[in-house]
Amino acid sequence: MDTFLQQLINGITLGSIYALVALGYTMVYGILELINFAHGEVLMVGALVALTVIQGLTGWGWPAPLAVLVAVLAAMVVCMTLGLAIERVAYRPLRRAPKLAPLITAIGLSIVLQQVAALIWGRGYLSFPAVLPPVSVVWGGVIITAIQGAIIVLAALIMAGLLVLVQKTALGRAMRATAQNPAVAQLMGVNTDRIIAWTFVIGSGLAAVAGVMVAAYYGVGNYTMGFMLGLKAFTAAVLGGIGNLAGAMLGGLLLGVVEALGAGYIGDLTGDFFGSNYKDVFAFMVLIGVLVFHPNGLLGSRAREKV
Amino acid sequence: MTALLQVEGLSVHYGGIEAVTGLDLEVRQGERVTLIGANGAGKSSTLKALAGLVVPSAGSIRYDGVDLRTVPAWQRVGRGLSLVPEGRGVFSRLSVEENLLMGAYHRNGATGLYEELERVYGLFTRLHERRHQAAGTLSGGEQQMLAIGRALMAAPRLLMLDEPSMGLAPLMVERIFEVIRNIAEAGVTLLLVEQNARLALEICDRAYVMESGRIVLTDSAARCLDNPLVRSAYLG
Repeated sequence: MDTFLQQLINGITLGSIYALVALGYTMVYGILELINFAHGEVLMVGALVALTVIQGLTGWGWPAPLAVLVAVLAAMVVCMTLGLAIERVAYRPLRRAPKLAPLITAIGLSIVLQQVAALIWGRGYLSFPAVLPPVSVVWGGVIITAIQGAIIVLAALIMAGLLVLVQKTALGRAMRATAQNPAVAQLMGVNTDRIIAWTFVIGSGLAAVAGVMVAAYYGVGNYTMGFMLGLKAFTAAVLGGIGNLAGAMLGGLLLGVVEALGAGYIGDLTGDFFGSNYKDVFAFMVLIGVLVFHPNGLLGSRAREKV
Repeated sequence: MTALLQVEGLSVHYGGIEAVTGLDLEVRQGERVTLIGANGAGKSSTLKALAGLVVPSAGSIRYDGVDLRTVPAWQRVGRGLSLVPEGRGVFSRLSVEENLLMGAYHRNGATGLYEELERVYGLFTRLHERRHQAAGTLSGGEQQMLAIGRALMAAPRLLMLDEPSMGLAPLMVERIFEVIRNIAEAGVTLLLVEQNARLALEICDRAYVMESGRIVLTDSAARCLDNPLVRSAYLG
């Protein structure tokens, strides 16, 4: 039972991060029907920027909490700018092109960003300073570390904020209207290009925070870290029903939990034939399973009507 | 009186297909003008060009003294030019009220928005009953009311309607046209595209008849109703 609860906590932590990243995929898809495969790389850039800023600031003797705060803000500013630039340079010129063109551009962009990051930060693994005190709450046999608590709470707050933004504000209404029918949204006075840019900016901001979380959680950063995480988050978005915000959150959490439970139990279940390093397999098994029985994802609408 | 809308030599192409050819049209302040014609005559393309949804291949559009060619679609509603698109174009997964608020998007934060909302609800009590429902769950007629109400939220000076009667039951068509007439009587200039030529001619002052992308006839609505050519071709 303790193993179960412990893995559940680990899974929710990981799942919160997946959810934040999945939201970026799903928002862009919802509005452009484009899979922004460079999204994982935006996360990586955010993580590495934060890593550098923290190292620099703590090196100058700044207190750790302040350094982290500045690092997160710096990562967000850099990633939002990057997201804005990606949309402007790589996707907007292809707005009316066949769907495959921006998809290939996205993959190309992802490679470019990785290689640029490799030039800036090198190809090695960079250690993320232990910024949060290694304290933890022990409850029964379950341990919740400070960093896990911070990730879960912060992710929940951000997601709640995003839901309010999308459901309750004029900007959110315009985003949903643009996603449903961009031509009519323009008739209402919506500058759809600006709304699309905002979507990239918001998604990239979420990716930046998620990047810092991942790097802080595992204690390392590397120029390839965005790839697998991006793929998992994309899986989460599809799992929940791509284009659906609540779906991305649900899919992310579910994927994290399944993966953690899988990692915790796979050894017992297979007589130690498979180890926890097979945990990645679970993510994709779940995806295949859901898509076989529910092709539009858990919360996806059955058919997107396009008037 | 000068024209509120002055269109000269307007052409619209889709690839190699010409939908509108050298169209001249004018709408004066306070006038009710209809553009009638058969399916595929180019009526909708004309409205889309006026609203900025398609880029004309030739011609000029002057609205309120401004050349609209350099004004993107999203800025036109702010100048009082509103289009109720063909097929209504409601945001089906937004609630009725959210759809109406989208209508007032360009004057976000303006005072009196809720008075405006109440006015539209007064006009269409059905929409008030269903204000929290997703627009996609409304019937065709209710969706048309919503589309018109949404356009009113923009406080238009020139309201363009594309086939408001399409796909509606006769009783609903009557109600919709009554509302359109009331809107016009409140001082909104009207440019109405309709396949139901008789209804359109009955509520409008002037008519243009379109055929294969060209204006073939323009006259007062009353004379069009008596015109044997119009009668045989469009009034059955």
